[in-house]
Amino acid sequence: MCLALPMKLIKNNGITGIAELGGLQREIGLQLLENVNVGDYIIVHAGYAIQKLDLIEASKTIALFESMGYPHEIHR
Amino acid sequence: MKYIDEFRNENTAISLSKNIASLAKGHDTITIMEVCGSHTMSVYKYGLKKLLPQNIRLLSGPGCPVCVTPVSYIDTAISILHKYTNNGANNNNITIATFGDLMKVPGSYSSLENEKSKGAHVAVVYSTLDALRLAKRHPERCVIFMAIGFETTAPTVAASVIEAEKRGLKNYFLLTSHKIMPPVMKSLLNSRELNINGFLCPAHVSTIIGSKPYEFIARDYNITCVIAGFEPLDILYGIYMLLEQIIKKEPCVNIQYSRVVKPEGNPTALALLDKIFEPYDAEWRGMGVIPESGLKLKSRYERFDALTLMQNKSEIRNLKSEIKGCMCGDILRGVKTPNECKLFRKVCNPEHPVGACMVSSEGTCAAYYKYGE
Repeated sequence: MCLALPMKLIKNNGITGIAELGGLQREIGLQLLENVNVGDYIIVHAGYAIQKLDLIEASKTIALFESMGYPHEIHR
Repeated sequence: MKYIDEFRNENTAISLSKNIASLAKGHDTITIMEVCGSHTMSVYKYGLKKLLPQNIRLLSGPGCPVCVTPVSYIDTAISILHKYTNNGANNNNITIATFGDLMKVPGSYSSLENEKSKGAHVAVVYSTLDALRLAKRHPERCVIFMAIGFETTAPTVAASVIEAEKRGLKNYFLLTSHKIMPPVMKSLLNSRELNINGFLCPAHVSTIIGSKPYEFIARDYNITCVIAGFEPLDILYGIYMLLEQIIKKEPCVNIQYSRVVKPEGNPTALALLDKIFEPYDAEWRGMGVIPESGLKLKSRYERFDALTLMQNKSEIRNLKSEIKGCMCGDILRGVKTPNECKLFRKVCNPEHPVGACMVSSEGTCAAYYKYGE
């Protein structure tokens, strides 16, 4: 029940906003975040943005996965 | 989908799994509890157990809000419905708004789904925003939101209280059964029934509370914690991080899901929780009462409490019967697996669930059933 997905904020009306994921748009509550801007990726749970996605940390994590070695036998 | 697909890459998963195997090689069995039901679902959905070496054991924990909701909570909701529907149509003004997962959860004599089929107003909603909309559209009805969930969900409910107050919605109520995670983890560790080496800590609970509330686990119990995301690569890398610390024998709390979880959590959401709710000793299905493990409305917000719709507590019909033979409690504590339950698959299945662990899509029994362990 604690699932939450990263969505892109495309409209900010203050208390609520519109966020998008894979072409699907949804009205979401913004009361749980400060300083959120259109264009930010936000983590949406049960209709509310609960955190901003930190893009720098996201790239670091992906880079870390890749740096862990990529066993040659699985190259296709 | 951006920031999702990157964390589901199959080749990277295989590479991570090889790194895990090489790290785990030669060690005794290492047991890791994934506390959260959403982790359990991902583990099964993506077949992650097959990517782990034999000496790494994953154990599901109590982090499924629907599963731990006690029988008495469902009984209370149904008692409120009955009080207002048995007295004739004029009094029939209650709407229960609930997350879909709760519909089939059995109380001791009925479920919300059963009541709906008999004509009660039970509406499935996606969020408290929907529940507020219902209350605004139907001023003649009392809308009761079934407020369950952990620290992830509780702030969304707190936000709805502020909003209802601001809009002067006098017909919006909550039946609360919010739970918080660190006290139940402490209770599991104190029970000494569990023999685990590490906790994979919940992703979105930690988004709100941060990493500090888990520090006592590493410090006082020498158990390593890693907060991992719910995508398959997050889980695999989280397990890798746990192994590193377990092998080094240096218990600590680390964050794998750093793109979302900050050590301090979400201060705005925490402040809101603190404004609306206070901790109390809460009942967990199959686990009894755990000190300071629940959140209830502060007295200043008592008028939102759906229990105020009942003149006295004796109107609540609560048979308190735990269901005979159901092992949900043992399964939630990680001491039994669904295969050890005599009801599993035979009497209890997703169509006719006996216990809540089969009802919730992220319950351990539902995962075992669906993915055929």
